[in-house]
Amino acid sequence: MLSDLFRSDTFRHGVHPPERKSYTDSIKIRRMPFPDQIVLPMRQHAGRPAIPLVKPGERVERADKVGEADGFISVPIHTSAAGTVRDVTLWPHPDGSMAESVVIEVDRWSPQVPRPRIVAQWEGLEPDQVVKEVQKAGVVGLGGAAFPTHVKLLPPKDMPVHTLIVNGAECEPYLTTDHRTMVEFPERVQFGIRIMMKALGVEKAIIGVEKNKPDAIERLRDTLPDDLDVTVLPLTVKYPQGAEKMLIEVVTGSEVPSGKLPMNVGVVVQNVGSIACIAEIFDTGQPLIERVVTVTGPGIRRPSNLLIPVGTKLRDVLEFCDGLTDDASQIIFGGPMMGAATPDLDTPLIKGTTGVVVLTEAQARPPTVYPCIHCGRCLESCPVFLNPSLLGSLAQAGRYEEMEDSHLMDCMLCGSCSYVCPSHIPLSQMFALGKNMLRRVKSKESAA
Amino acid sequence: MSGPGRSSGTTRGEETLLRIAASPHVHSPHSTPRIMWTVNATLVPLVAAAVYWFGPSALLVIGASTAGAVVTERVFGQPGAVKDGSAIITGVLLGLILPAGFPMWMAFVGGAFGIGFGKLIFGGLGQNVFNPALLGRAFLQAAFPIAITTWPARQASWWALRGDNFALPLMSPNTVDLVTAATPLGAWKFEGTGTEVLDLLIGRTGGSLGETSGLLILVLGIFLAVKKYLDWRIPTSILLTVAVFSGLLFLIDGSRFPSPLFMLFAGGLMLGAVYMATDMVTSPVTPRGAWIYGIGIGLLVVLIRVWGGLPEGVMYAILLMNAMVPFINRATQPRVFGHERKREEATA
Repeated sequence: MLSDLFRSDTFRHGVHPPERKSYTDSIKIRRMPFPDQIVLPMRQHAGRPAIPLVKPGERVERADKVGEADGFISVPIHTSAAGTVRDVTLWPHPDGSMAESVVIEVDRWSPQVPRPRIVAQWEGLEPDQVVKEVQKAGVVGLGGAAFPTHVKLLPPKDMPVHTLIVNGAECEPYLTTDHRTMVEFPERVQFGIRIMMKALGVEKAIIGVEKNKPDAIERLRDTLPDDLDVTVLPLTVKYPQGAEKMLIEVVTGSEVPSGKLPMNVGVVVQNVGSIACIAEIFDTGQPLIERVVTVTGPGIRRPSNLLIPVGTKLRDVLEFCDGLTDDASQIIFGGPMMGAATPDLDTPLIKGTTGVVVLTEAQARPPTVYPCIHCGRCLESCPVFLNPSLLGSLAQAGRYEEMEDSHLMDCMLCGSCSYVCPSHIPLSQMFALGKNMLRRVKSKESAA
Repeated sequence: MSGPGRSSGTTRGEETLLRIAASPHVHSPHSTPRIMWTVNATLVPLVAAAVYWFGPSALLVIGASTAGAVVTERVFGQPGAVKDGSAIITGVLLGLILPAGFPMWMAFVGGAFGIGFGKLIFGGLGQNVFNPALLGRAFLQAAFPIAITTWPARQASWWALRGDNFALPLMSPNTVDLVTAATPLGAWKFEGTGTEVLDLLIGRTGGSLGETSGLLILVLGIFLAVKKYLDWRIPTSILLTVAVFSGLLFLIDGSRFPSPLFMLFAGGLMLGAVYMATDMVTSPVTPRGAWIYGIGIGLLVVLIRVWGGLPEGVMYAILLMNAMVPFINRATQPRVFGHERKREEATA
C-alpha cells in the first residue's frame, strides 16, 4: 500500500508538554494498607451504572459483589475490603458530579483474606465464556475511559478483528502507572495478551510503548512468548500518542472512520493495565478490586506508585504519601491534560483513576485569557485536524449546530489546542460544553 | 477528621483552598503578549538601521506614529490592552514605512487612524480584517500624497533633519529647500535606471525608513520563523512567487523588466513579506491558506510594480489579500481525521 511508504512511528500534529515522569518512573509500586472507610460509586465505568445490592448495616466480605451490572454495557462492583455497609448515598465522584455510592466501614480486625475464586480457571474456557468471566469480574479499561472490557472482546460477526493493539503509550505527563506495571509485571502483561488473543481469536498482537520508557520496552521484549506473534513497537514521545485513533494509525497505517469503532479497521485496543488486570483475575480468581495509581506532582511530599483498594478516598491516599506541600493548590484525578480537578478530599479513587497529580499554586494559577489572534497553532496541534480557532469562535457565539457542521463531534477533548493557545482560550472546555449541548438537543429531538 | 490537615497546605483555618479548573491543567509557555513583545524586540535592530541611514529624523517619525497608535489604543481600546504590545508593533511598523522627512503630526495621525479605524472599530485585537499599520499608511497616502512621496536625499551631516519633521499640525511640510532622491523602484519606473544589488541588501538607498536593508529583515524573519512567531509559509510563498514571476518576465525581455534580485530586495517587499503579511490576525489560519495568500500577494506585487501606475505595490497587494482571508480560510479547511477527502466523496 502507498500509505506504507509514509509509515512512521508517530501521528501528525500533537503537542509536547513537559513529561515530568521522573517523580515516580523509577519508584516501585507499594501496596497501600486498608483505609478506615471505602466509597464505591456505582458508576465507575462507561455505560449504565451498577445497581446497589446491599443495605446499610449489612456485613460484606472482601470481593463481595455490592453492585450488579445493569445490562450488557455495564459491569458489577465488588468491595475491596471486608466491613459493614454504612450507607448507600450520593457521594462526590472524581468527574466532579455526585454519584450513588456504597460506603463501607472497613473491619479493622478482618484478615482481609481472598475469597474463594469467583472467576473460573482460564484453561479450557471457550472465548464466549472468557467474555462472561471478564464481565463477572467487573473489568474495565484502566487507561482512564473505563469502557467495559468484555464489550470490546465481542466484535460483531461482520467486523473481523485481526490484531490486538496493547496501549502502553502512557502519553499523559506525570503518570507512570502503566510504565511501572510493564517494568514490574511484564509476565502478567504477556499472560493477559495470551488470554485476550484467544478470546478475540486473533493471530497478532502489537504492544505500543513510547520511547521514554526504555526499561519497559526491554522488559517486555525479554518476556515475549515464543509461540505467539507478539511484538513491541517503540513510539515517538508525543501527546496524545495513547489516544486510540492515533495509536491505531501508527500501528496499522489506517484511520478509523469518523464515528466508527476500531473494529472497523480490524483492531481492538486495550490498555496495558487492563491486560495485566485480566491476567490477574484469571490467575487469582478475584474480581477487579485493586489497581495501580501514580500519586505525583510537585505538590505531594512523597510521590509514589501505589496499589490501592478501589474506593480508597483521596484524603487517605494523600496522607499515605506524607501529605501535601505548603504550596499545593490543585489536585487532579488523572493526568494534567485530560484529568479533572477535584475540590473534595473525600472523593474516592475508582477503577478508572490512573493517577492523582498535585500541582502547586504557581502551576495552577489560571492564565490570563486574550482574544484569538488567529495564529493557527491550534490547527497545527489538533491530532484529528479540526479547526479549533473556528470552533472556538462559534462556541463563544453559542452556534452549536454550526460547530457540528465543522465536525465538533470528532473532537476527543485531548486538550492539545488549549495547551498551545497563546491567548489561553479554554478551547477544549468550550468543546466539551458544545458536545454536551448537541447531545442534549439530539436526545430532545429523538424524544419528541 | 484526620487527613493531610492544616500542615498540608490544603486548608487555611476552616476554609479549603483547592483550585478547580477545566483540563488541560498545563499550558505551553507561549502567550500572546510574549509573541507581540518578541516581535517588538526584533523591530529594535530595524529602527536602529533606520536611524543609521536617516539620522534623528527616523526616530522622530517612528516615535510619532507609535505615540499615535499607543495613545489611541489607551484611550479607546480595552483597559490594559496596551500591555499586550500589539499597538506598539502597529505604530513602529507604520513609522518604518514612512519617508524620513515626514511631518510628525501626520505620522501621529496615521498611527491613530491605523489603530482606531484599522483595529478598534472591528472590536480590537484579533478582530480586524486589515493590517492596521498598512491601513494607516493607505490613509496617509490618500490624505497627504505629496508628503508621503517626498524621499529626501542623503545629507552631508548625519545630524541634519531629512525634511520638515516639525511642521505644525494641519500644515503641509515645507519641501521647497529639500533635496530629494528617487527610490530604487521609482528610479527604475520613471527614469529607467537600476540600483546596485549590494546597496539594496545593506540599505544604502532611498526609500521608507525600514524598507532599506533587505538582508537585516531576512535575518530577523528567519529568527521569528524558527521561534514559530510567524508562519514561514507566508514570506516563503511571497518571495518565491515574486522571484519566479519576475524571473519569467526578465527572461522574456531583460531590457524592459528588472531582474528578480532587484524585485526581491527593492522597496517594501522584504518588510511587507516578513512583518506585514505575516500579521497573524489578518492572514489565513490554515497552512494551505497561507500558501494561497502568499502566492496572491506575490502576483499582485509584480503586477502593480510592472504594469500599475505606482512604483510600489506591496501595501495594496497585502491589503487586497487581507480582504480575501475569510474566503481563503473557508476554502482551505483541513480534512478531518477519519473523513474522506471531498474529491473522493464526489467520485465515490
